[in-house]
Order: sequence, then structure tokens, then C-alpha cells
Amino acid sequence: MSMRGYLLRKFLQALLTIFIVLVMNFFLFRIMPGDPIRVLIRNPRISSEALERVREQFGLNEGRLFQFWIYLRDLFSGDLGTSFNYRQPVLEVIMERVPATVLLIGTATILSIIIGVVLGVILAWKRGSRIDVIGLSVSLILYSMPTFWIAIIMVMLFAVYWQIFPLGGMSSPGVFYTTFWGEIASKLRHLFLPAVTFALILIGEYVLIMRSSLLEVMREDYMLTARAKGVSNRNLLLRHALPNAMLPVVTLIAINLGFIVGGAIQIETVFSWPGLGRLMYSALTNRDYPVLQGLFLFVTVAVVSANFLADILYRYLDPRVKS
Amino acid sequence: MSYLFAKKDSLILWKKNLVSFWSIYRQNTMGLIGLFILIFFALMAIFAPYLVTITTMVVDGVTQVLHPPVKGFWLGTDDLGKDIFAGVIIGSRVSLLVGVAATAISMGIGTVIGIVSGFYGKTVDAFLMRFTDVFLVIPWLPLMLVMAALLGPSLGNIILVIGITSWAGTARIIRSQTLSIKERPYVERARAIGSGDTHIMYYHILPNVFPLIFANTVLVAAIAILSETTLSFLGMGDPTQVTWGMMLHFAFSMGAVSFGAWWWLLPPGICVVLVVLSFTFIGYALDEVLNPKLRRRDQ
Repeated sequence: MSMRGYLLRKFLQALLTIFIVLVMNFFLFRIMPGDPIRVLIRNPRISSEALERVREQFGLNEGRLFQFWIYLRDLFSGDLGTSFNYRQPVLEVIMERVPATVLLIGTATILSIIIGVVLGVILAWKRGSRIDVIGLSVSLILYSMPTFWIAIIMVMLFAVYWQIFPLGGMSSPGVFYTTFWGEIASKLRHLFLPAVTFALILIGEYVLIMRSSLLEVMREDYMLTARAKGVSNRNLLLRHALPNAMLPVVTLIAINLGFIVGGAIQIETVFSWPGLGRLMYSALTNRDYPVLQGLFLFVTVAVVSANFLADILYRYLDPRVKS
Repeated sequence: MSYLFAKKDSLILWKKNLVSFWSIYRQNTMGLIGLFILIFFALMAIFAPYLVTITTMVVDGVTQVLHPPVKGFWLGTDDLGKDIFAGVIIGSRVSLLVGVAATAISMGIGTVIGIVSGFYGKTVDAFLMRFTDVFLVIPWLPLMLVMAALLGPSLGNIILVIGITSWAGTARIIRSQTLSIKERPYVERARAIGSGDTHIMYYHILPNVFPLIFANTVLVAAIAILSETTLSFLGMGDPTQVTWGMMLHFAFSMGAVSFGAWWWLLPPGICVVLVVLSFTFIGYALDEVLNPKLRRRDQ
């Protein structure tokens, strides 16, 4: 298939997915028992004029299809509703918290890929040795731990017992920095623990996939050829094995995005990190439905788009897929 | 009569398969450890009410809240002075129940969609697989949280939410296996003698994807247990039930972290990790048994 045809197909698929998510997002919030708008209407303290306004606004006097149309129209003009809790447009509430989450996720992902790939290579190279067994077990154990629980343990160890790092948040309340670098240093100190915790959760999978992928590549005939030609161990690994073994890692980054979002909710909750994950938690506990709905859509569209980009990147990186 | 014989033959075959399966499985240390841990927790869940009751620690008329472990209260007390050791043991019941029930729902949906999709192919397949892909790509935790929030916190809803969000991977795997099985001669033969679609799917395809379902169940169960813990922790659990997730939720929201109440935070989490780990170990072992390519040559 040509590159253009492939791109087009993948793009249409991503669009279709986003459309299905839109439909789901609309119906989940309209049809399920806890329907926020019905709850709003049943509120006895609400005046009849206000009620009529709500009915008008969401098209409740019209059919379901018309309501969906209103929903789509508002959505594309950037109107995700108003937060019950913050009394502020939902889109604004979300956008304010994007940088914190990107900072946390970005740092953690980069950390985990670097450490995960290096560890995976070591384990594969020493397959069957004691290091391999220990590394494999630790990866499996980390993989079996609830994310929030690891975060709790990290806070207890490093912020409560040893008090090396702050309990949470992105800055210390009531503390002002006179210099730019002082503020950066404080941010980094706050970032360190949540980012390392996050990385710890992600590393396991990278180690496992890197190890198995490298083992597979090392069984290939061209590796034997290279060895027969007298290529040194170092070059064998760096030039012949790694480039091919790294490919599944790229796919994993994309597949993992959904998992990363889940991790962000838990880690930001435990560390009071002021990002999207914590926003989701507070929207859940306050039953702030407009924020919940907007956030769900935002996150899903972000993940679908990232998957689409990864698909393209993968095809670009692996010439074998192109033909 | 001949039908009866066929039934008996298949029973003998089953038994033979099971015996040879066990002889390979028991060589797998990881698999045995996993099985051992799982049986331990299953017994704990079954006999929990006969083993312990959740009591409150009172000394000289004063309720001892957040008390560190002592004799009789092996894991200390929580913010209400309740025995955490008993809580952890009782908690195994609902935690495992949610895991089992959610896994059953998930495997049911995944198997049906996978087989139907692979068997009918074409439009049915295209439609079902797009649908499956959507479920694969949507971040699972936000989806579960949103559904749980809208349905309201109850045990049944938690099970339902986990069940209907975690089937997509299974459907994909079952589908690809169905694609290869439906091309086999015996399916063609069954069709030639006039078997209907439902009959073929139930009697010829389902038994052949069964090993795969078996191996996948274990991994889905691990995810289901983790999901229950996470949903409960984030406040979407049933507050009237004692589960490991709910214990962690209360511990966290009551400030056990800054209090340093490790006896409240560690035990429920360790139980979750052990159960999930046991499922993962069994999953790995099954993979090696059912997928001979992975078996090491020296075994």
C-alpha cells in the first residue's frame, strides 16, 4: 500500500474513533442514571425561568438527535460548558492544568525509556544469569503494584520519614523566590518524587519488551552473520541488534498512553500535583460533570491523536512496513 | 448411542489432556508459586468469616485509634480503632469476588465478539473490530471512572464497569485464533453435513479457542483486581463494603500518609500485589505450557 493511502486510512480510522468517542461521551452523560442535567432539573431550589433556560440551552424540549447536534455545535466552537465547581469555562479549567501534566508525564516517560531500554539490554545480554532473574522478578512485581500505592509508599518513605522531598504540590505554599533559579530549583524538587515514582511504574514494561525484543533479534540469521564476520560484541549490539530491537518500544509508547493517563490520575492525586489527573479526581469527588465530560473527551482525543502519530512514526522508522 | 460414545471419548481426551498439561505445568516454578499464593487467598476469602471478626480496640474505655501493631491487634487499628488485620482478611472476600465476576463478564463479551467477528468476517468483522479498537484506544481508567461516577457507587456497578471496559484485548486475540480455526477441514466437514453457524461456533470453534481463553482469563483477572483497587481508592467504590481498595481509600483520605500509619497502608496493598502477582505468574506459566515455542529446550 502506498504511504499516502496508508496515511489516509489511518487518519479516517482515527476520525471515526473520535466520532464514536463523541457519541459515547454524549450518551454516557445523557442516558445513564446519574444524568447531570436531569439531576440539575430535579433540584427544587431552581427557579422555573432558570429551568426553562437550561431546557432551551440543551435542547431538552427537542429530540435526542437535536440535542446531540447542539452538543456538537457547542463543542466545535470550543464551548465545553461551565464548571459547577470553578464557575469558569471548562476549556479554560482544562488548559490551565495541561502544562503541569505534560511536565510530569514528559519527564517520567523520558526517564523510564532511557532506564528501561538500558536495563532491558543488560538483562537480554545476560539471559539466564542471576541478574536476569532478579531484574525480571522486580519488573513483574512493579508491574503488579497499584500505581497509587507505589506513590503512597514513596511519599511515606521520602517525604514523611526521611523528609528529603516535599509532601506534594508543585510549589511550597507561602514561599516566594526572589531569583528565577530559586523558583526553578523549588519546582524541580517538587517534580522529582512524582516523576521518579511515575517512571518506576513505566520502567517494568519497557524492560520486559526490550529484553524479549532483543532476544528475538539476537536469534536472527543476520546476527550470526555479523558475528561470523568478526563484528565486536559492542558493535554487534549497538549497530546490528539495537536499531531493530528498539522498534517495539516505539509502539509501546503509543499503546502505553492510555495507561499513562491512568497513572497520571493516581500519581497527581497522591502528590497533589496540579495537573489534569488531579482535576479529574476533584471533578469526580465534587461531581463536577461538565469538567468530567470535557476532560474525558480532551484526554481521549489526545490519546487517539498520539496513537495516530505513533503509527506514522513507526512506518517511517521501519522500512519493512512500507513495502 | 453414538453421541453418547462421543461424549465419553471427549471426556477421556479431556482427562488425558489435563494430565499431560499438569505434568508440564508443575515443572514451572513460577506457575507453582502463583498457584500456591492464589489458593492461599482463595481459602482466606472462603473461610474469612470463620477466622476473624472486625472488632474495635478499647483500652480502659478509650478507643485506640491509629494504634501501631500490638499483640491481639497484629496490624494495629484504623482511625475508628478497628482491627486492620481482620479487615484485611475480610477484605479478601469482596476483592476476589469483584475480580472473578468482572473477569467472567469481560471474558464473556470478549469471547462472543471475538468468535462472531472472526467467524462471519466481512462487514460484521469490520464493524465489531472498529468498535473493539475504540475500546482499546480509549484510556481505560478515565472511562471506568466516568461510568462508575454516572452509575453510582455500588458493588454491582463496579463489577459491571470493569467487565464492560476490559474485554477488547480478549476479543482481538480470540478473533485471530477463530480466523485460523474456521479454515480447518473439520469446520468445512461440519458445514458440509449441514451444521448451522451457531452449532459450528459453539461445538467446533469454542473448544479450540478454549486454551487461549483460559490463558487470557488469568491476565484479565489480574487487571480486574487492580481496577477494583484503583476505582475504590479514587472514591468510586462501594462505601458499605470492606475491600482492600476501600481500606486504602479511607487510609489515604484520613491522612494515614502524613501520620505515617504504615500498618494501615501497607497490608491491603501487599495483598493486592500478591494476588495480582499470582495471576501474572500463572499467566506466564500457562503461556509456556500452551505455547510450546516459548518452552526452553533444556526442559
